[in-house]
Amino acid sequence: MQTEAEWKFTAKDIAEKPDLFLSGHRACAGCGPATVLRLIMKAVRGPTIVTNATGCMEVVSSIYPYTSWAIPWLHTAFENAAANASGIEAALKILKKKGRSKHEHVDVIALAGDGGTYDIGIQALSGAVERGHDFLYVLYDNEAYMNTGIQRSGGTPLGASTTTSPAGTVIPGKLEHKKPIADIMVAHDMPYVATASPYYWRDLLVKVRKGLEVNGPAFLHVFAPCPRGWRSDPAKSIELSRLAVETCIFPLWEAVNGEYQLSTPSKVFALAPQKKKPVKEYLQVQGRFRHLFTPKFEKLTEEIQRVTDERWKRLLKKCGM
Amino acid sequence: MTAKEKSWKEISPAGVCWKSSTQFLTGDWKTYKPVRDLEKCTRCLLCVLFCPDGAIHWKPEKGDIEFDYNFCKGCGICANECPAKAIEMKLE
Repeated sequence: MQTEAEWKFTAKDIAEKPDLFLSGHRACAGCGPATVLRLIMKAVRGPTIVTNATGCMEVVSSIYPYTSWAIPWLHTAFENAAANASGIEAALKILKKKGRSKHEHVDVIALAGDGGTYDIGIQALSGAVERGHDFLYVLYDNEAYMNTGIQRSGGTPLGASTTTSPAGTVIPGKLEHKKPIADIMVAHDMPYVATASPYYWRDLLVKVRKGLEVNGPAFLHVFAPCPRGWRSDPAKSIELSRLAVETCIFPLWEAVNGEYQLSTPSKVFALAPQKKKPVKEYLQVQGRFRHLFTPKFEKLTEEIQRVTDERWKRLLKKCGM
Repeated sequence: MTAKEKSWKEISPAGVCWKSSTQFLTGDWKTYKPVRDLEKCTRCLLCVLFCPDGAIHWKPEKGDIEFDYNFCKGCGICANECPAKAIEMKLE
């Protein structure tokens, strides 16, 4: 696998690379996933095929008769992005075997949101990973089914108000914690699993490249703030992706062959815990957590802090820190 | 600038065209537009990388960046993330 030290690039190199996810898509102003996709597409290394499960990014980039993709792109149903990717990979193998492919290697990327991964698509993903198909699965996590009207998903955090977990007098938003999807993928004995955040773009690009270069399945969990569903300022989308890392709500790490290691942006907070910010700073800039700052549900912020700290400690242990 | 839409009569019989979304100009969504202070700008290119709409381009031949207001939706990410505070969002 190529290491970070081997793939050196500057912001200028990346800015000069052609866009493969083009302008003119119908994403909302300040869309986090759109930034994530633009960055991911800058890290591809050669011929690439993308398959996209139903979700915001599928809808906004392929409204007939337009397409925002400058590479071969396939739409698939909500539940089978990984199954589609494994089919593409198998077809490419056969074409190469028969000498009908002019390319030495074609990378396959499966894209899906949190709904299409945490809940609906997990069986297809688990099966494809078990079979060991060579593809990169990118989960852009905007923490709800934003495409269909902000319904809660397995990726929605505790206390978030959504249309199917509305905060009111009875419940304080979603009652369950976020599912640790990346850890579930590590448990599949995958060669490469990582988490990334668009603010740390360099780290994100390197992880995409590593995921493409590894032989076998790779999984990348990318944090992608959604100003529409999170009721946040569109200008703060990237700032939120930084705050999530600084509060350790979304730590950045990678697991190569099951061996966990913290990525540099998160390592800073492991080595200097005093720099770690309280989760309240992250929660208070989002409208979906507004009710947590009323006396009735105040205790929930402490619970979120407790669980965040617990998961962070567990991660540090896994990383041997 | 108004968004350029096609009627069904104008749609190519071949269906979806290569890179066709660039024909759809989303720039009329914006209320605020980014205005750059050339003196403050350090050309760090963070705005180019973070713009969700790909509306800021790096022009190597000019050694400078350019805003494409045809696609800018006025979200303000570029102004918020600019380390030199060289971009200001102004009411259109």
